[in-house]
Amino acid sequence: MKKEYVYKAFERFWHWAQAALIIFLGVTGFEIHGSIRFFGFDQAVRYHNVAAISFIILIVFAIFWHLTTGEWRQYMPTWKNLRAQAEYYVFGIFRNAPHPTRKTVLSKLNPLQKLVYAGLKVLVIPVMVVSGLLYMFYRYPQHNEILSLNIGSLEVIAVLHTIAAFLLVSFFIAHLYLGTTGRTVTSNLKAMITGYEELEEDSVDNKAQPVSHEPVLTK
Amino acid sequence: MKRIAFSLLLLGLVAGLIMTALHKNSIESTPLDQLREQYATRTKASVDHSRFLQLKKHFAKPQDVTAACISCHNGRAAEVMHSTHWNWERTEYVEGKGIRAIGKRNVLNNFCIGISGNQQSCNRCHIGYGYADASFNFNDSLNVDCLACHDNSATYLKAIGGAGLPDSSVNLSFVAQHVGKPQRTNCGTCHFFGGGGNNVKHGDLEMSMFDPSRDVDVHMASEGSDMQCVDCHSAQKHQMLGKMYSVSSMNRGRVECEHCHSAMPHTDDVLNDHTLKVACQTCHIPTYAKVNPTKLFWDWSTAGRLRNGEPFEEKDSAGTDVYMSIKGSFVWGKNIKPDYIWFNGTASHYLVGDTLDPSRPLQLNVLYGSYDDPDAKIYPVKIHRAKQIYDTQYRYLIQPKTVSTKPGDGGYWAEFNWDRAAEEGMKQVNLPYSGHYGFVQTEMYWPVNHMVSPKSQAVQCGECHTRENGRLANLSGFYLPGRNYNPWVEFLGVGLLVLTLAATVVHGSVRFLMNRKRKGSN
Repeated sequence: MKKEYVYKAFERFWHWAQAALIIFLGVTGFEIHGSIRFFGFDQAVRYHNVAAISFIILIVFAIFWHLTTGEWRQYMPTWKNLRAQAEYYVFGIFRNAPHPTRKTVLSKLNPLQKLVYAGLKVLVIPVMVVSGLLYMFYRYPQHNEILSLNIGSLEVIAVLHTIAAFLLVSFFIAHLYLGTTGRTVTSNLKAMITGYEELEEDSVDNKAQPVSHEPVLTK
Repeated sequence: MKRIAFSLLLLGLVAGLIMTALHKNSIESTPLDQLREQYATRTKASVDHSRFLQLKKHFAKPQDVTAACISCHNGRAAEVMHSTHWNWERTEYVEGKGIRAIGKRNVLNNFCIGISGNQQSCNRCHIGYGYADASFNFNDSLNVDCLACHDNSATYLKAIGGAGLPDSSVNLSFVAQHVGKPQRTNCGTCHFFGGGGNNVKHGDLEMSMFDPSRDVDVHMASEGSDMQCVDCHSAQKHQMLGKMYSVSSMNRGRVECEHCHSAMPHTDDVLNDHTLKVACQTCHIPTYAKVNPTKLFWDWSTAGRLRNGEPFEEKDSAGTDVYMSIKGSFVWGKNIKPDYIWFNGTASHYLVGDTLDPSRPLQLNVLYGSYDDPDAKIYPVKIHRAKQIYDTQYRYLIQPKTVSTKPGDGGYWAEFNWDRAAEEGMKQVNLPYSGHYGFVQTEMYWPVNHMVSPKSQAVQCGECHTRENGRLANLSGFYLPGRNYNPWVEFLGVGLLVLTLAATVVHGSVRFLMNRKRKGSN
């Protein structure tokens, strides 16, 4: 075992800020949706809008970081070991079998994570952001009059936004739980706080596949 | 390096916060302040009518006062004679009926029903002298009653049952010397008492508005802007802005809040967005009939009960009439939350002689609009329901003669005989009466525009954006956040959350148990 610096400072900041924002957006959003009562509708709308803008700013920074560091490659979905990883969660994990894929600094996501995170990044979050922006701006006061996008009904926008919200909450629950399936129950949590994690050392017969780590822009 | 970047970021943040705080504290005058300033400046007329020789004399009849007025204000009477206040009629395009002259002569309501045959009493509120029957000469300028609107002495009074002529107690010379711009008292004398008593018709116009508190009406309160009716209902050449959709059909000549307050009066853009689909009144008039009750239901079918051969009245504990032999039974309401409708400013009307379907409530005025209509907004309305007389054979509403001016003229309020009242009333509108009558349910829609509350009492977001019992629960055809949801998405979404949660709990429990077992066996 060797202690490695796995999660960089920005990455940790991004993760926790995103977590806080998604929880907050979830609470205020589902209040706007009518499911819960907490802040009161008007405050919920106000907070939701501010948090949404903050989230978008965070996303812009995160995209920049992923592109410039090349870390985006970590999220490229792969078929390799996907089945093994799924089987691990269904069977192996109960028998204390070893993780089918080895976590390294250069390949820190397992195939299931790659698939799910990529899905969030290219599908759920974009749907959320685009429908959210339309929700916010489909009629927008300008120059002393209200200019309105010619959208017949808010319903399509709202329903898409709601579907994505349910998916995110579901992800949130699963993510919390799967966070406890690391080497120890809290090892993943500690790693995401401190950045450091105890990883298996390279052995001769199980050499990690090197992942390109060069910045994309220079390629 | 990192530390420098971090402190720079922090500094920027603090600077931003300070800038925001300063911006909000800046003391520029808001549009609302400017309006307050505008209405705080009252101009006083330079002319003193009490010094005019033409008015310092005895007037034998009210028409002589009019002649004196016209002798200086020549041409003004002609303006008045073009107004709806005088003609009680507008030529309008009515949806489904085409271009029609509509007004009190051919539109029926579900209060006292109509003026035809009852002019002697109803037309006390006509701005003329002697409109006692259909033969009234609308072209005689001397019959224009200048004083009804321009008396500033608060002593002018039209006689009960006098067809618009002044009460014998009025000192015409004194009133003529104290004229000026119309006050709340001038307008209120008629508009607050329509339908035969205080607040019967409108619900938002009644005698508390002579001097309302700020909670009742922010605009007209003396501790507020102390505005007069004519500050909003302004006039060019005696043509007043504003009208009621009980007797008008077209989207024109309206008074709108936006005229003074603009379409974007809020500092919050989310609220400003609402003005696209929600009328100001909807949020800013949370309740109407704030001080005195207004009539909500009028059942004519119970009229005519007598005690010892005499008509009688019954009052509730608050002193409000709940039964009158001459009119039937009533339901009143106070502090009412309005009903809400989509309204685009156009309406159609039941006109005398239109056939009806007695199996369902007849809407006497239909206010048009829907969510899909770009001109329509959500408006608050008072709905007045009634059961009123109709001809069961010809299937149209009956204009009964209610007022009796001489014995045997058929007036219901003296004879209590519906057949005679129907017969005499229908003669006045030139329609036959079959001799068979019944009572049909009717509805009238009265937009609520007055009794604007202080902003602290405005309707709150959650009163509409809520799943249950919201103010807009009855409006359909659009997605209202907080009220609407897609049942499928809701079912599948909640199902997904439950399954995810169940999966983690089961998975975690098995993991925990297996782990313990393994440790135990080791």
